[in-house]
Amino acid sequence: MRSIWRTLDPELLRDVAAVAAGAAVNGASFGAISVAAGLPWWLPVLMSLLVFAGGAQFMAVGVVASGGSPAAAVVAGLVLNARHLPFGLAVGDVLGRGLLARLIGSHLLIDETVAFAIAQRDPAKARAAYWACGTSLFAAWNLAVVAGALVGQAIGDPGAFGLDAAFPAALLALTLPALKDPRTRNAALLGSAVALATTPFLPAGLPVLLALTGLVAAMTTRQEARTCP
Amino acid sequence: MPVTAVLVLAAGTYAFRLAGPLLRDRLRLPDRVKELMSISATVLLVALVATASLTRGQGFAGWALPAGVLVGGLAAWRKAPFVVVVLLAAATTAGLRYLGVE
Repeated sequence: MRSIWRTLDPELLRDVAAVAAGAAVNGASFGAISVAAGLPWWLPVLMSLLVFAGGAQFMAVGVVASGGSPAAAVVAGLVLNARHLPFGLAVGDVLGRGLLARLIGSHLLIDETVAFAIAQRDPAKARAAYWACGTSLFAAWNLAVVAGALVGQAIGDPGAFGLDAAFPAALLALTLPALKDPRTRNAALLGSAVALATTPFLPAGLPVLLALTGLVAAMTTRQEARTCP
Repeated sequence: MPVTAVLVLAAGTYAFRLAGPLLRDRLRLPDRVKELMSISATVLLVALVATASLTRGQGFAGWALPAGVLVGGLAAWRKAPFVVVVLLAAATTAGLRYLGVE
């Protein structure tokens, strides 16, 4: 672990802190919204510790709050979280070799950690970025959820601060370097088009998974590159 | 929401997360497939950016949100520091909403 912290530069830590700050405000609002929806204060806290996926947590509480069954909430949350499987296939080696590193590291597999890891060129730096981002966000998110659940209604709408724009902008900034590669760019553009086109018709989570069909563009781009020396 | 629901959601999510790193080693995949797998992380993240900035629920998110993400994206493209990118995106969206643009 010590070597991981030595690999980190101050710039990366500052970037991680920015994302963690955003996660903290969202976590506080999750805690507050859950309590407002009638859940006991410890339930959103338990959920954040064990599920640790903001989108799915908001979704599950939202389904129950609007009169849906707990089973429907679980299914909706799981569909939303299914993207973690391809994420793990893609970046699974940055967690580290040992079984313990994988068991703990897997729990930290979230959009932000994946984005921070793939933004690094060097594998050692990718691993350091993954763990630094994962542990920071885990701490920030969970502490904020406790605070939000205890303080309750006092937190305003995060949308008023534009925080819903901060998350996609951060992911975009982190993925921009990878998009220099034409095959990756074509696949991402086609995939995003598919996701946007299917959003009105499918439950949340599936459109993003369907974006993987964009990989077809990466395959065809490769063939074109082969025929033109 | 019962505790059982939370536990099932947590177990399912963890299974999704653990499956990738464990399967990665077991599967002897050709390099081409491995390459596509690593591209797929970027594809998923960019699709997430697109849907999170343009849609809310199953409809359009309004103009304030994508405008903020666009400003942040342009700043990132012009090599602005990461913190500036995030703050610009949030400030643009918040500012537009304050002015009454949804």
